Amino acid sequence: MSGHDHAPASELADVEARVRALETVLTEKGYVDPAALDLIVEAFETKVGPHIGARAVAKAWSDPGFKRLLLEDASKAVRPLTHGWRVGDHLVAVENTPAVHNVIVCTLCSCYPWDVLGLPPVWYKSAPYRSRAVKEPRSVLAEFGLTLPPEIQIRVWDSTAETRFLVVPMRPAGTDGWSEERLAALVTRDCMIGTGLPKNPKELA
Amino acid sequence: MDGMHDMGGVDGFGKVEPERDEPTFHAPWEGRVLALQRSLGYARAWSIDAFRHAAEKLHPIVYLSASYYQRWALAMQHALVERGYVREDELTGGHARQDGKHFDRKLTPSVANEALGRGSYYRQMQGPARFKIGDRVRARNIHPATHTRLPRYVRGHVGTVDLIHGCHAFPDSVATEGGDNPQWLYTVVFDGPELWGPDADGTVKVSIDAFEPYLESA
Repeated sequence: MSGHDHAPASELADVEARVRALETVLTEKGYVDPAALDLIVEAFETKVGPHIGARAVAKAWSDPGFKRLLLEDASKAVRPLTHGWRVGDHLVAVENTPAVHNVIVCTLCSCYPWDVLGLPPVWYKSAPYRSRAVKEPRSVLAEFGLTLPPEIQIRVWDSTAETRFLVVPMRPAGTDGWSEERLAALVTRDCMIGTGLPKNPKELA
Repeated sequence: MDGMHDMGGVDGFGKVEPERDEPTFHAPWEGRVLALQRSLGYARAWSIDAFRHAAEKLHPIVYLSASYYQRWALAMQHALVERGYVREDELTGGHARQDGKHFDRKLTPSVANEALGRGSYYRQMQGPARFKIGDRVRARNIHPATHTRLPRYVRGHVGTVDLIHGCHAFPDSVATEGGDNPQWLYTVVFDGPELWGPDADGTVKVSIDAFEPYLESA
C-alpha cells in the first residue's frame, strides 16, 4: 500500500469489502471498539447538524447581546447549544451586511464547521466547488440560484488552518416579533456557508 | 507539497452540483470510515495534519478519482501500514495476524461524545506577533515537498492582515512529526485582481488563514 505501486483502479475497487476488512483488522488488534463506532455514526446521523448553527443564527437575530458574543467569540457563544460535545476553540462567525456577502470554502481539503453544521455536503467537498469558489464566486453562487447585485462585495474565506467559519446571514424583512424557534426554521445550511440566503418568511407564514 | 489537493483556482472541473435532500451517508461503509477515522484520531494514531498529508500523498489519479470517504479509507490504510500499526497482508487478508501496538487511549462507548468535539490548537506564545492588523504582507513563494497549508494561488501575492488568531500548532511541523512548533496565525485578505489578474472581479476579496512563517512584510 505504498500508494505508487498500485494501479488506481485496483485501489478503488470493492470499497465496501475493503472497509469491512479494515474495521475487522482494527477491531481484532484492539484499536477500535465497534460499539463506539456505532455511536459515532448515529450521532452524525441524528444529533450533529445544521439545526445547531440555525439556533445560533436565530438567537443572534433576536438577542443583540448574544449576537455581540457570537461575533466576538463564536466558540463560547455556541457551546451551550450543543448536546454534550465540545465545540472547537476556533469558530469564527462572519456577518453578512448590505455591503458584504461572505462565502466559506476549503480549497486544500474540506474543512467545515462540523460542530455547528454537521458533516459537509458532497458538493462542498467536490473539486468544482473547491477550485472555483476562490476564483469565480459569483458564478458559483449563480449555480445555487443566488445572484447578488454587482455592487455587493463578496468575501471568500478559505479555511486553511483550524479556524472554522460560520456565516451569519441578514435577518429577513417581515419577521418582526417572530420567536427564535420560528426564525431558526428560516436558516438553511447553505445560508450559513454563504451559498444561499435564508428562506423567504412567506414560505413559512 | 504541490499536490492535486491544492485546488484553488484550477479550471476545468465543471459545475457545482448540489444534491437535493442529501443523506448524511450515501452508503453504510461511509459512516464506518468516518467513525474509524475519528476513533483512530482519538487514539492518537496520528495528528489531523499527518492524516491530511496521508490523503495528499495519494497518487493524483487516485486522489481525483476517489470519493471523499474513499480517499479517507485509502489515507487511513496507507498511514496504518506506514506507521507499523497494521501490515498490508492483514488488510488484504481481512484479519489480524499479530497483536496490535499499544495506544494510550481507546474510543469506547462511554467516551464516544469526545470524538464528536474538536480539540484546541492554541499553543503557548513563543514571542510577540510580527504583524498587526492592517499590515501589508506577501505570501512567501515557498514549495515545501511535505505538508503545508499555504495554497499555491496566494504565493507571491500581497494582502492585508485582517485578523490575528493567537498562536497555533504549526501543521507543517506537526505533519512531519516535528512537534507543535507554535506560530502566530493570521487571516490575510487579498483583492481578487491581485490573485487572478486585472480582468478579475474587483468586488471579490479572498482570505486565507496564514501561519507567520508563510508571510513576509510587503
